[in-house]
Amino acid sequence: MIAVELRKLFRRPRTWVTIGLLNGLPVLVAVLLALTDLAPRPGEGPVFLSAVLTNGTLYPLAALAIVLPLFLPIAVSVVAGEAVAGEAQAGTLRYLLARPAGRTRLLVAKLVAVIAFVLVAVVVVAAVGYLTGQLLFDVQPIGGTALSGTTLTSQEIAGRTLLAIGYVTVSMLGVAAFALFFSTLTDSPLGATLGALAVLIASSLLFTLDAASSFAPYLPTRYWLAFVDLFRDPILWRDVVRGVALQGVYVVVLVGAAWANFTTKDVTS
Amino acid sequence: MSGVIETSGLVKRYGQLRAVDGIDLDVRAGDVYGFLGANGSGKTTTVRMLLGLVLPTQGEVRLLGEPMPKAARRVLPRVGALIEGPAHYGHLSGRANLALLDAAGPGGARRTRTARIDTVLEQVGLAGVRRRPVKDYSLGMRQRLGLAGALLRRPELLVLDEPTNGLDPQGIHEIRDLLLDLHRGGTTVFLSSHLLAEVEQLCTRVGVLDRGRLVLQDQLSTLTAPTGATIVETPDPGRVRAALDGRVLSTSAGRAVVRGDDPAEVNAALVGAGVPVTGLALERPSLEEVVLAAASTSADRVDAPGERSRR
Repeated sequence: MIAVELRKLFRRPRTWVTIGLLNGLPVLVAVLLALTDLAPRPGEGPVFLSAVLTNGTLYPLAALAIVLPLFLPIAVSVVAGEAVAGEAQAGTLRYLLARPAGRTRLLVAKLVAVIAFVLVAVVVVAAVGYLTGQLLFDVQPIGGTALSGTTLTSQEIAGRTLLAIGYVTVSMLGVAAFALFFSTLTDSPLGATLGALAVLIASSLLFTLDAASSFAPYLPTRYWLAFVDLFRDPILWRDVVRGVALQGVYVVVLVGAAWANFTTKDVTS
Repeated sequence: MSGVIETSGLVKRYGQLRAVDGIDLDVRAGDVYGFLGANGSGKTTTVRMLLGLVLPTQGEVRLLGEPMPKAARRVLPRVGALIEGPAHYGHLSGRANLALLDAAGPGGARRTRTARIDTVLEQVGLAGVRRRPVKDYSLGMRQRLGLAGALLRRPELLVLDEPTNGLDPQGIHEIRDLLLDLHRGGTTVFLSSHLLAEVEQLCTRVGVLDRGRLVLQDQLSTLTAPTGATIVETPDPGRVRAALDGRVLSTSAGRAVVRGDDPAEVNAALVGAGVPVTGLALERPSLEEVVLAAASTSADRVDAPGERSRR
């Protein structure tokens, strides 16, 4: 069943178009920076962007930081919102369940496929970022500067970039879980996607609000940018660990809710 | 156990509405069962409950002798279904769609998959479609592909909801032949339809659903058994009345209905009296008459409160 879902997802042209579009903005930003040599000053604009002119090795991270706030969650919401509601809308859900695929199995397979999509999307963004970084900017063979001012070796940067890829993937799982849960509630994939995005926008907004500070640590977007801490020397694990734990809680609760709803609902689509 | 589909006291309530109101289906092995009912009478909800898509409010469903939806994983691989029109992934070919569906559940061995897909595509008349994506198929082709999906694991029971929808007359004829062929091979067919003619031509047993209740369930041959009257075709019905006084039940233009279940005897009497007779037949109720007598108004008709009682 998992193999079937993965095949369905990755044989679908739309999946690759989404991933392609996701890379549009980072590439555009890279081209603009390379042409104008006008990087934002440190502390301004997306993280890592100020450093890429002097060291292209950091561009995968800059690319991730560019897509993280909006583009990546949109892509994830689209795919996860589609998961069950898309099948319902197309009418294929009734045939899958009468096959019988098994409701729990189907939901697990959908979840795995969505996670695979997030991972592939993040890796592709990082890979395209790496290529554009290598092509458009100066690359320092000796490694780069950590945000704390000390120097990291290329190996350290590579290792921490991999960690960052993992962390960004995990950060997206909360969104994915929201979209998947909504996807079991409605027969409209668009509704599920927009629902998940509404949660994100609300979370980002509340995060900036002092009045909401009492529950700010529990907002799903709270620790998204903590992957920056992986490039401090030594690594500042606190927020990274909290971020992973928080996403874990969201995933468990929402997937549990999705399961409870999906396994007991009448499929009338 | 010969019961292929058995339900007892099956109820599905949506809020106040009892979409299915305590039905006891009894479909036996070897039946071609026609499940008739107007639009909105609860046919689709019943079919979905049989397959475990909709969960009953009350009552039980047993499919191939096992409880549903509890035994779905054991039972459903032995059942082929076409539920409310076909549905496929439009960007994939018919073949890829069938392969994905087959791989999505138990009971479809991968080793035999290609061969089985070839066989069913041949059976439904789609052997030559090659790699065309399903979104370019006509409605009739999609219907055939849906049927192919239902046949993929040579099911013991076929549950078909309006299987000839969207097909042209030749297509309908082909599918009817295919279903009869499968039936001869031992497949039980449960055919849900609102097309009386289709059911009359295909089915051996009939169930009629009206507003969520099963108002009729019997052998087709019993339902349409001769009434004991003979229909006489004649250019002059008035003379029939004169010749067989007291036995004539009704007359209309070119036709008289006479009590008596022996057309030869009726004929002899009429010819003896010099009445010209152009045709003779035993009177049988049509399925349509049987269904109309059993069922009330069309279920999608919504009368004002109190209106119905005056009908």
